[in-house]
Amino acid sequence: MKIRFWGVRGSIASPGPATARYGGNTTCIEVRGDDGELIILDGGTGIFPLAQALLKELPVKANVFITHTHWDHIQGLPFFTPLYIPGNTVRIHGAYDVVTGAGIEQVMNVQLQYSYFPVREAEMRAGIEYETLNLGEPVTIGGVTVTATLLNHPVVNLGYRVECKGKSMFFTGDHEVWYNIYEPEDEGFEEYARLIAEKQEAVADAMRGVDVLIADSAYTIEEYPAKRGWGHGTFDSSLAMARRAGVKRLYCTHHEPTRSDDDLEKVFAAALARNPLGAGDPEVMLAREGLEITL
Amino acid sequence: MGNLTPELERKLGMAVERMPAFPKSVQKILELTRNINCLPKELVAVIEKDPVMTLKILRVVNSAFYGLPNKVTSVNQAVVYLGINTLKNLALSFAAVGILPGFNAAGFDTQRYLVHSLTTGVLARQLCQKYGQGQADPGDCYIAGLLHDFGKVVFALFLAPEFSHAMALTEARGIPLHEAELEVIGVEHGYVGAMLAAKWQFAEPLVECIRLHHVMDAEPTAMLDCLRMADQIARQRGQFITGTPYREDEASVAPERFGADPAAVAASLGDLDKIVAEAMAFVEVQ
Repeated sequence: MKIRFWGVRGSIASPGPATARYGGNTTCIEVRGDDGELIILDGGTGIFPLAQALLKELPVKANVFITHTHWDHIQGLPFFTPLYIPGNTVRIHGAYDVVTGAGIEQVMNVQLQYSYFPVREAEMRAGIEYETLNLGEPVTIGGVTVTATLLNHPVVNLGYRVECKGKSMFFTGDHEVWYNIYEPEDEGFEEYARLIAEKQEAVADAMRGVDVLIADSAYTIEEYPAKRGWGHGTFDSSLAMARRAGVKRLYCTHHEPTRSDDDLEKVFAAALARNPLGAGDPEVMLAREGLEITL
Repeated sequence: MGNLTPELERKLGMAVERMPAFPKSVQKILELTRNINCLPKELVAVIEKDPVMTLKILRVVNSAFYGLPNKVTSVNQAVVYLGINTLKNLALSFAAVGILPGFNAAGFDTQRYLVHSLTTGVLARQLCQKYGQGQADPGDCYIAGLLHDFGKVVFALFLAPEFSHAMALTEARGIPLHEAELEVIGVEHGYVGAMLAAKWQFAEPLVECIRLHHVMDAEPTAMLDCLRMADQIARQRGQFITGTPYREDEASVAPERFGADPAAVAASLGDLDKIVAEAMAFVEVQ
């Protein structure tokens, strides 16, 4: 299995000299199975440079898995060049949205409205398929299986576990570790604490023992209190999650758009200094655009 | 028990999609959500007092798309699974359907209904904590109480003439409402409420509890006992009856669990007036 980061930035693309080392594109991760199966996790602006690379290997059979439909995870989809080339197939997977009552087939609709984009979906020449996922049912693509888990974000967000021939990775998409909505003196506090504990255990099971965990680590613990409920993790919460699930390597991603490369390294070093790694702990590193991992 | 024609079953099943929530919940949801930093627990407190919103949220979170290993039976659980922002937007979409009219063609008083349901829910939870520990979940008993009569609202809104006739029959002949419903509609409200709950894949014990609450020879469970006792106490105490009035000669519920003296059970729950007053305050019944 191979993993390559095409976009590691959260919220909005942030090009410029201050972000040149880690990259300014929003979320997109390419995962390859041993037989070349192509899995693309999220379609942020990073999917555009990936699209350019794919033009060298037509026809493309792409399996896109959308963690959730916030802009920074779907914005690049209409620019995914293989969509325009006959003979390619692009299968887009994602969650059912309870609020709109629609499946993942709506993911490009908004972006492709007449006022916002010149091409209609009907004019895209690739075979485009949609699959709204039922949770707990693994999707098989050649020798690869992808399993979705419900995580915590202000819209339905799926984390994906990808497995191929004994190797595995998990990507959280955007995820904030649950917090208790009650105060300790409230009647509902204990019940809620119990529900959270159950859910965290279930998520740890879903990530259990993966070779690579890629986790939303947008904030520092100093920044977090002002952003509670926004649906993102911290370096510390991601490390705690990785330890609990016994993963081998953790990549922190969803870098803040306002954070320069120097600052990113500084806050990351501070988080590591606060949480010294011992035996049995995962390796921890920052996700960087262009970084390729071979498992 | 009873039978529904497939046509009627389809009609009732679809009807609930369009069913509006209660006026006070809609008003509170709109108020709360104007503030981007509204407290999640305040939102939950409003949603879990409204049978329509509670039903719709449990229906969504239990749908096949989420394939959850266990059925979700509480609003708090739904928050953990779906996130508070999604719940907020769901509640807003339910609020946008409109408000349940206080007066409907059937002449069924929905505000009274809500006071009775809230009171029964709170009492069922307390009874479970006191008399059914370890045998049922108090939160599930609350939901059972909140939703047990939901079939009546469905009747009132979507089978108004028949339901109105059944209510008149209850009064004229002094028979229980569920018997009158069986006679006029062919099914009683427990059956219809359970049919909908089953269709939405609610937890089996909850579905059974709603279905059986007027089926006297049903196999008792802790949840069913607590629901029936709560219902009886609520009817005995409250003037907010939307069905069968309490009769002095009613048999006491599950004496093997609660003892032979229902009055002692009611007394053991503390200040019932306060529970009823809180329910009334929420519904804003004058």
